[in-house]
Amino acid sequence: MAETLQNLVLGFSIALSPPILLYAFVGCVVGTLVGVLPGVGPLAGISLLLPATFGLDATRAIVMLAGIYYGAMYGGSTTSILMRIPGEAASVMTCIDGYAMARKGRAGAALAIAAVGSYVAGTVSVVALMLLAPPLASFALRFGPPEYFALLVLGLLVLAYMSSGSMLKALAMAALGLLLGMIGIDQMTGYFRYSYGVVELGDGIGVVPVAVGLFGLAEILATAGLPAPPQVVKPRLRELLPTRREWRDSAWPIGRGTVLGFLIGIVPGSAHIISSFVSYAVERKLSKRPEEFGQGAVAGVAGPESANNSATSGAFVPMLALGVPSGPIPAVMLAAMMVHGVSPGPLLIKQQPELFWGFIASMYVGNVVLLILNLPLVGVFVNILRVPYPILYPMILAFCILGVYAVNGSVVDVWIMLMMGALGYLLRKLGFETAPIVLGVVLAPMIEMALRQSLAMSDGRYSIFLLRPISATLLGVGLILITLGLKPLVTRGLDWRARLALVEKGEERS
Amino acid sequence: MLTTDRVAGAALVLLSLVVLWESRRLPLGSLRNPGPAFMPVALAVVLLGFGALLAVLAGKAPALSSVGWTEWRHAVAIFVVCAFAALALERLGFRVTIALSLAFLLGVVERKGSILTAVLSIAFAVGAFLLFDTFLRVPLPRGPLGL
Repeated sequence: MAETLQNLVLGFSIALSPPILLYAFVGCVVGTLVGVLPGVGPLAGISLLLPATFGLDATRAIVMLAGIYYGAMYGGSTTSILMRIPGEAASVMTCIDGYAMARKGRAGAALAIAAVGSYVAGTVSVVALMLLAPPLASFALRFGPPEYFALLVLGLLVLAYMSSGSMLKALAMAALGLLLGMIGIDQMTGYFRYSYGVVELGDGIGVVPVAVGLFGLAEILATAGLPAPPQVVKPRLRELLPTRREWRDSAWPIGRGTVLGFLIGIVPGSAHIISSFVSYAVERKLSKRPEEFGQGAVAGVAGPESANNSATSGAFVPMLALGVPSGPIPAVMLAAMMVHGVSPGPLLIKQQPELFWGFIASMYVGNVVLLILNLPLVGVFVNILRVPYPILYPMILAFCILGVYAVNGSVVDVWIMLMMGALGYLLRKLGFETAPIVLGVVLAPMIEMALRQSLAMSDGRYSIFLLRPISATLLGVGLILITLGLKPLVTRGLDWRARLALVEKGEERS
Repeated sequence: MLTTDRVAGAALVLLSLVVLWESRRLPLGSLRNPGPAFMPVALAVVLLGFGALLAVLAGKAPALSSVGWTEWRHAVAIFVVCAFAALALERLGFRVTIALSLAFLLGVVERKGSILTAVLSIAFAVGAFLLFDTFLRVPLPRGPLGL
């Protein structure tokens, strides 16, 4: 514990230095803007702004990107409450009671509760991240290729299990992502695979064009032709203070959302989306006045908003400690860190303590910055939403092209984004989730390498995965998840994923 | 009945077959010593299975005709603009390409006034270039005239 505190002091000495503070601030502002804009979620936002960090050193770049991630999570709640349009997917649940509160003239209170809940959850979950990541990293030093193979496979299976809708569809999308990740030079033999003479494909398909295409461009393709969004409710500053009853009603939901969000965040999957759904369900179940949910219950804003921000920190645990991204957003963060020469994993904390602890400390700072930003400046951010979407989306599209091109300075990436955009648009129409594709693209080379190294270790015997206790346990858990996930196919009933899909669809329609 | 899952399942099966066909040029290796085609072939077989299952179990999925395509004109226009940008970016340079793309979307697709279209397109293209290329030092392509 003393060592952790000592390291944290080191982290704060880095995070509170003026340049790092400035980049944390810029990241939070830009992230909030990204979160407020409909169609540009945290995933597309981080991908688009990655090139802007190329000129920075690793610590500043990572701090800024983390600020964007946090900011986007905060910003998403603004559009949900004021317009019933989720700025990003995790804010879907906030739309229900947040917008109902806004219609009752309590928009300011809803925004304040969301901001305070996010701040509390963000801060508490960073403490948990700080305490959990180092021991997990020490444990992961025992991992060899078979354990990594099992862990990566489990990651994909959990993501498929945690996705809303059919697990079969999610598994098919994960397999599609893994197949796309096979494009490029085979790392062990040097063969070019499916590159058809395009030299740029030698390094494989980049995660940035895939993410921007599937999330950013697909969203624009699907929404640009729709009727104009509803009117924005603009709160006045003096309306921001919640009443005593509202504070009382939101205290426990914030606490429960924080714990739930962090625990769900560690598990691979679209954690921030699922955590807000679970938190909403828990709060409605525990409420003494469940009939208020859907009509403007403050607990329906406090719980999900705290949960999705807490899940953000939780998702960093496996990424920083194991080097394994638990979802599409950590996957892009991982790619961003690698661009800056940082390899997250068990050795990161030992080899680059100033980066790890500086990053942790900057998260504390980022949370304070966001709390200060979100409340007084909400009016400024809301004004962006007044720009008509027919003018806004061409600009977002231009940013997509710019961001994707700038990563490698290659038009091939723009073509990949275009194809992924079309694919994402069609998959969306057909009711498929695209997050597993992004994770599959990132994990494919790692899984293949771990499999082949494991077989080289065991002289080609697959029993190596079952003879080593950690890998056997991880694969066993994966098998249980497949069995659980495919159960509705046999029973033909609605499980929690199907119910989540129905809620998301309902929100999209309304 | 033609349902969304049936169409998607069939497309996935077709894609898997294409991958299997294209993998014939690469050494497969063996189960004990996988070659470069091993993993893609294994994944294509898995995808084929998922696709077939989806198509078979697609009875309860929504009918394909129930999917709304009202925004298709916009989608096609945006798609064409992106393709133009990919073709023109390194030939005409960032500023000209983005200005032309925005002008098309704002002026032709969204039917905004010509002055607003011109001002927004040029200001955005020049502003974004200034911010990213000049201030943030992210190299962006310049056309034949240095634009």
